[in-house]
This record gives sequence, C-alpha cells and structure tokens, in this order.
Amino acid sequence: MDWLRALLDTITNPVFYRLTLSSATPLLFAALGGLFSEKTGVTNIALEGIMLLGAFFGILGSAFTGNPWIGVLLAMVAGLGLASLHAWASIRFCADQIVSATALILLAQGLTGFLLEPIFGQPGSTHIFNRVPEVRLTFLGKDTFLYKMIGTLSPFVYIAFALVIVTWILINKTRLGLRMRAVGENPEAADTLGINVFKIRYFGVMMSGILAGLGGAFLSVGELGQFSENMTGGKGFIALAALILGNWSPVGAMWASLLFGVAQALNEQLQSNPILSIPSTTKPLFNLLPFVITLIVVGGFVGRTRSPAASGTPYEKRG
Amino acid sequence: MPFHIPEPSEYPHYAVVMKGIVKQFPTVLANDHVDLYVRAGEIHAIVGENGAGKSTLMNLLYGLYTPDAGKIHINGKETLIKGPAEAIKAGIGMVHQHFMLVGPLTIAENIVLGEEPLDSWRFFDLKAAKKRVRELSETYGLHVDVDMRIEDIPVGTQQRVEILKTLYRGANILILDEPTAVLTPQEADELFVVLRNLTDKGKTIIFITHKLNEVMAISDNVTVMRLGKVTGRIPISETSPRQLANMMVGREVLLRVEKAEKKAGEAVLAVNGLHVKDNRGLEAVKDLSFTVHQGEILGIAGVAGNGQTELIEAIAGLRKKEKGKIELCGKDITHSSPRDIRELGLSHIPEDRYKHGLVKEFPVYYNILLGRHYLPPFSKNGFLRHKQVYERAKFLIKQFDVRPPSILMLAENLSGGNQQKMVVGREIDYQPRCMLVAQPTRGLDIGAIEYIHRTLIGLRDAGVGLLLVSMELEEIFSLSDRILIMFEGEFMGEAKPGEITLEEIGLAMAGTPLAEVRKTEAASAGKSETTRVES
Repeated sequence: MDWLRALLDTITNPVFYRLTLSSATPLLFAALGGLFSEKTGVTNIALEGIMLLGAFFGILGSAFTGNPWIGVLLAMVAGLGLASLHAWASIRFCADQIVSATALILLAQGLTGFLLEPIFGQPGSTHIFNRVPEVRLTFLGKDTFLYKMIGTLSPFVYIAFALVIVTWILINKTRLGLRMRAVGENPEAADTLGINVFKIRYFGVMMSGILAGLGGAFLSVGELGQFSENMTGGKGFIALAALILGNWSPVGAMWASLLFGVAQALNEQLQSNPILSIPSTTKPLFNLLPFVITLIVVGGFVGRTRSPAASGTPYEKRG
Repeated sequence: MPFHIPEPSEYPHYAVVMKGIVKQFPTVLANDHVDLYVRAGEIHAIVGENGAGKSTLMNLLYGLYTPDAGKIHINGKETLIKGPAEAIKAGIGMVHQHFMLVGPLTIAENIVLGEEPLDSWRFFDLKAAKKRVRELSETYGLHVDVDMRIEDIPVGTQQRVEILKTLYRGANILILDEPTAVLTPQEADELFVVLRNLTDKGKTIIFITHKLNEVMAISDNVTVMRLGKVTGRIPISETSPRQLANMMVGREVLLRVEKAEKKAGEAVLAVNGLHVKDNRGLEAVKDLSFTVHQGEILGIAGVAGNGQTELIEAIAGLRKKEKGKIELCGKDITHSSPRDIRELGLSHIPEDRYKHGLVKEFPVYYNILLGRHYLPPFSKNGFLRHKQVYERAKFLIKQFDVRPPSILMLAENLSGGNQQKMVVGREIDYQPRCMLVAQPTRGLDIGAIEYIHRTLIGLRDAGVGLLLVSMELEEIFSLSDRILIMFEGEFMGEAKPGEITLEEIGLAMAGTPLAEVRKTEAASAGKSETTRVES
C-alpha cells in the first residue's frame, strides 16, 4: 500500500511533471539528431559522445565568457565537429558506422576527462558557472499548480518541442526531406535520379551533431551550470532507444522521450519520497529504472518498428 | 524485305544510330564495333545470351559508361553522352532490370523524386506532383494509384512506375533491360500493350531480352548480339525463333529437349490432403493430393502466387502444414525437419536462388558444402576438413561446367546461369531419390537453360522422381511427363503434355477446371483446338 500511496503522491505533485519535461528534453534533442542521421541512412550511435562533448564545451563557453549562450553555441560547434568526423569516416571512407561511432564515444569520454583538470583545475567536476536562465511564466501566479509544473522551465524545453514540429515539416513537407527519405531507403535509386547521396548524408549526420550537441549543452549549461565527468550517463543510448521506439518519426520520438522522461522523474521522486523511506543502500537500484523501461519497451516494440532500409550501409558508387 | 541499313542522310528518321561502338573492359571486349539502327517510333529488340554485350551497349547509350570508340546519333544529331543526366536531356530514359524505387515512398513521390514540383512557399508540392503523374498515366494508359506505397504494389505495377519515371523526365526513347524477367505472363502481356501504346504516341522503345517468344510477339526489328558483336539484324516478319536462337548461340539449338518415353516406377513422394497457409495466414494450399513416381517429372503449371511456393516449402519442411500427410519413400515426413527430410533423400532447387539457394558472400566451395557440412567426409569430430571440401567442389564445378572454374570465387561474382549450375550440382550430388525443382531456369540464357533441362531429364532417366514448378509453360511442356494445373491452391486438372493445348492450359491456369474447358471446347467443335497461344 505504501507503494501505491507513494506513487499517487508523486503523480499529484507538479514537480513530477516538471522533472518529466526536463528529463525528456536532452533525450529529445539527441533523438531528433539521430533521426536526421538515420533518415539519410547513417546510423549514429555516437550521440552519447556528442552529447558529452557538447556538455563540456557548453560549460567551457560559459566559464570563459560568462555568457551561457556562447556556451550553447560552442556546444553546437563541438557536436558538429565530432559528427563531421563520423560523417567523413562513414560516408567518404565507407567505414563501419558502429565502429566509427564507438571510437568517437571513447574519444569524447577521453578528451573531456583529460581536459577537465588542466582547464578547470579540479578532477571529477567543474565549479558552478552561469547557466541559461529559466523562462518564468509569472502570469500563471506564483503558487499555482500550473506554475510549479511549467512555470520555471528552461528555454531548452521549448526549443526541443518546437524542433519536433520543425523536423516534422522538414522531413514530410519539403524537397530536402523527401530526398533524405529516399537516400536513407534506397541510395542507388536516388543516385540514378541525380540526387547527391553524399551531400544529403553529410547534411543528416552534421545535423545530428548540432542537435545532440544542444542536448548535451542542456545537461551542463542549461540545467546545472556545471560539467562532471561522464555526466551523460547513457542518455545518448536512451535517445537512440527513443528514436527506435518512436519508429523514426519526430512525433514518435517525442512521445518516446516523454515516456523515458516519466521513468526518470519517477525514479527521482520515488527515491526521495518520505512515505517509502528507502534506505540509502538500495536507492541506487532505482537509477536502473529508466534502463529497465528502455529494455522492456524496446524489446517489446522493436519488432513492430521499421528502420530506414539503407541505414547503416555505406553507399559506394558503381564504376 | 531484309533489314535496311540507313545512309547518314536518313539518320534523322532514326531515333538512335550507334556506329562502330567499341568498349573494352579489363578482361573482355564487351562491344566490338557494334552498329545499332533504331527507327523512330519502333520497338527494337536486342537479343543475345548473357554476356553478349547488350547491357553494355545500352549502358553506353544511357551514359553510364563512355565508349572507347564510335559515335552516337540521337534523332539524326551526333550526341556525346557523358552521363545519365545528359542522356535524360537527350530524351533517353532507362528502366533498369533491378528497379530503382524507394519502397516506403508513394508512387507519386517516387516518380517526381529529383525533379520535385515546389509550391509558392518553396515546400514540396505533393498535390501538383500527384496531378502531373495522374495526367501522365492517363495519357499513356499506364494506370497506377498515385497514393500507394511502392512496397505495397506488385512488380508489374512497379515497372509501370519506372516507365512513368522516364516519361516524367521527358523521355522519347525508352530502354528496357530485360523487362519481363520479373513479370508473370499476364503482367508481360499488359506490358506489351503499354509498349504498343507508347509507340502509338510516338515514343521509341529499345528492349533487351533473351526470351524469343517475346521478341516475336512485340518487336518490329531485332538486332542479335553474340560475344560483343552483332551477328544479325532482321525485321521480325522475316525471321523465326529458331533462326534467332541459332544467331544468338552460334550453333543449332534444340528449343525442346529430346526425351525418351519412360515408364514411371514406384511412388517416391506421396502428398495427401495437404493444407498450408501463406505468410499472411491465408490458406494457400487447399487439400492437395498427388504422387510423384520414380523416373517421372511431374510438372505444376500455374501463374506465380497460386500456392506453388507454399507447396514446395511445405514439402521441403520449411513451412508448417495445417493438415494432411506427406510421405517420402514410404516414410511419414509431415512433421520432419528439413535436415531429416534431406537425409531421407529429398533435395530442393529453390525458386529464389539468391535468397534460399546460395550464400552470395561465400566462395563456391562453401556453397557446394552447404547442407552437408556436418557429414563425413566433409566433417570430422565437429571440424571441417577443407581438403575434402575443395576436392568435391572442384569435381562438381567441372562436372557441372561452372564457369569460371574456380572454387575460390565468391558466389555473387558468378553469372546467374553459373550460380544455378552450382546449386543444381550441389543438389544432385546429394544423390536424391526425389527432387523439388522450382523455377530452375528463371533469368538464365538459352545455353544454360538447355544444359539444366538436359540435366533434369538425365536425373529422371536415372530413376529420380522430380516435382517441377515453373512459370514458363514451355518448360513445363517440354520436361514434364504429367502436368498438374494449379489455381488458388487447388488443382484444375491433370494432363499429359501431348494431350493438351497451350490454350486449354491457359484457361485452366486462369481458374476454369480442365474438364469444363474440354466440355466447352467439344461444344464449339474443334474451332480453336490447334491454335497455339504464346504464354
């Protein structure tokens, strides 16, 4: 009964919804990034690494200029850079996309860990720097449920959900989107019609870098004002799962990201719920919740979703 | 009237003139001073065996390759075609043998891809795209539902989409590379109507094939190629399939296999009251019973998709049986595994050799080993014995004339005919007592077909019982001792090849039981009994 009460207590608390939205935001950025890449036929499991690098450069920008938005810009540039490496290896040299992306994850982890101490003077994590201020919707009334729910969200949350719409329009309503879909499904067919397969693929992968970089920036300069080692903690992979669960559609990816956001919010709220009074030794078990849900959901749904047919296969021109 | 070779002054009446075309590939001279004359508004067939250089010639015309020597005149104007984009600009369109379509996109989206109409906001204008495609499809009688996704439509319709794609880009000269290889006889007939329609509207069609009955049925003139050279060009009214076959192969060819009358022996495969479902869960085989005897070829005729695939897969143990019983040499194999069934003496030439007959990425020797990898002498204590494998493979590719004779070659690098010879060789090497043979010569050239037909007859004469499924009626007629006609999972009747006309079989394939076909015929007394219908 305690459990039910704790659960009820959680879902009637506006903070739960705020947490859900802010936990879903980085996943949504990265999932949309993954979508750009995979739609054009390049798998990008390096999202995790790109986010981490984005998070690091986000803080770096904020620390040196004092302006968190400069940090956000820097994070996008860093993400773009890392993704370009992936694009170069997997498009130009037809490298195995999983291997290339794995190498980039390791590179991002190594680089951020290595640079942390010489730049910020301490290992593990940085001091706290300026972060992107929240959007305060004071017109909702300071003590209302609605205000506690959505009144103090980071602008990143709005940007992420706006990007869902933008991405949907781009993929489904523009010439570029049509060509991206064609290239991701059957690059040879696109090539015979005079579409530049390589250009489209570069665009997709580079967009994934910018978006995943933004997702990483949200984690550091958007939310905490701090970078700590490996702070992405697998969010890039959960974003991939959200992309799969969302069946490679922007709206689907949004719902899936929200689902994982719910899992994360439940995790945090239940851990600290006074009714349950969980001993601190078992608390870390709750951290598994998002991953367990990922496994169950992806395991149960993956057969019913369909990836772009050419995703993961390099395209080589004949002759 | 023999074929007229035009003077340069007559070139304006010709859609395509290719003069002295030479194309050298690293190992072969693919085109050796080839001349091609295609009159505007005609259907011109180019025939030849695989490797004769016809596809190379068309790829040169479409700009996918550049010729080492020679000139191309399009509508009387000398034209340099450096790439597909320039070919398209010159009004040339090509329908490739393997369709270049994007499965999850709709027909309209596929057709306009690369030249999409935009609306005033610079967004992709799907409405305008659909309108354009509808107009085109009405003008040329190529009926398609523009909103359907490519992956949901049959191959015949996909081909129409490919043709529409070239027309959308303003093609006046259409190249079709083996257009009927993937079509059912009905779809092929529909295609021919479409092609006639196109030439009536002033388009010119060049059409590559090695099926001679199609050449006879549809084209106006034909150019025959062999080993990179033109060996003949002739108006269709002046020639016969036999003459064309001889020009293609360079020797006398038997279009029908000679086979001796033979008395069938004991039953090797007995199927009783079999029910099988297809992948969608619908009943595909409905209560079928039949027996294959030793030394007999039992042919199953029918349009593709009437349950033949499911029947063969069920017998081979690859598909669940809902009801009924299958016996192989007196043993019940209804619920046996494919391996047990093989060990009892059933081998299987599958209809799709790329999917089920071989592993493309494996060398020839592994492909020949497949299915016997666990048996001595190829395996001992769980380890492969490569020496024995190599030896057997070498022996088999020599015996079955697989070219090039290298066991190290990857299967995907062999030509279709040689891949099939490899599969046939492997299946015969099992020394089966019964063999399932599905579409054994699909996509092969005359030489390879002749070889495989002779091999199958040899097996029959050696006492093997064969169950043959084929969409080629000619093949069913020339090989089978008995013919069963299948329609929607049921048999429409049984006949001996000498005792049934193509017309009767065609009607039965379309769903009229043979007994009824014969009754109606008897009523309209012998009017059409001697008419031959080309499949």
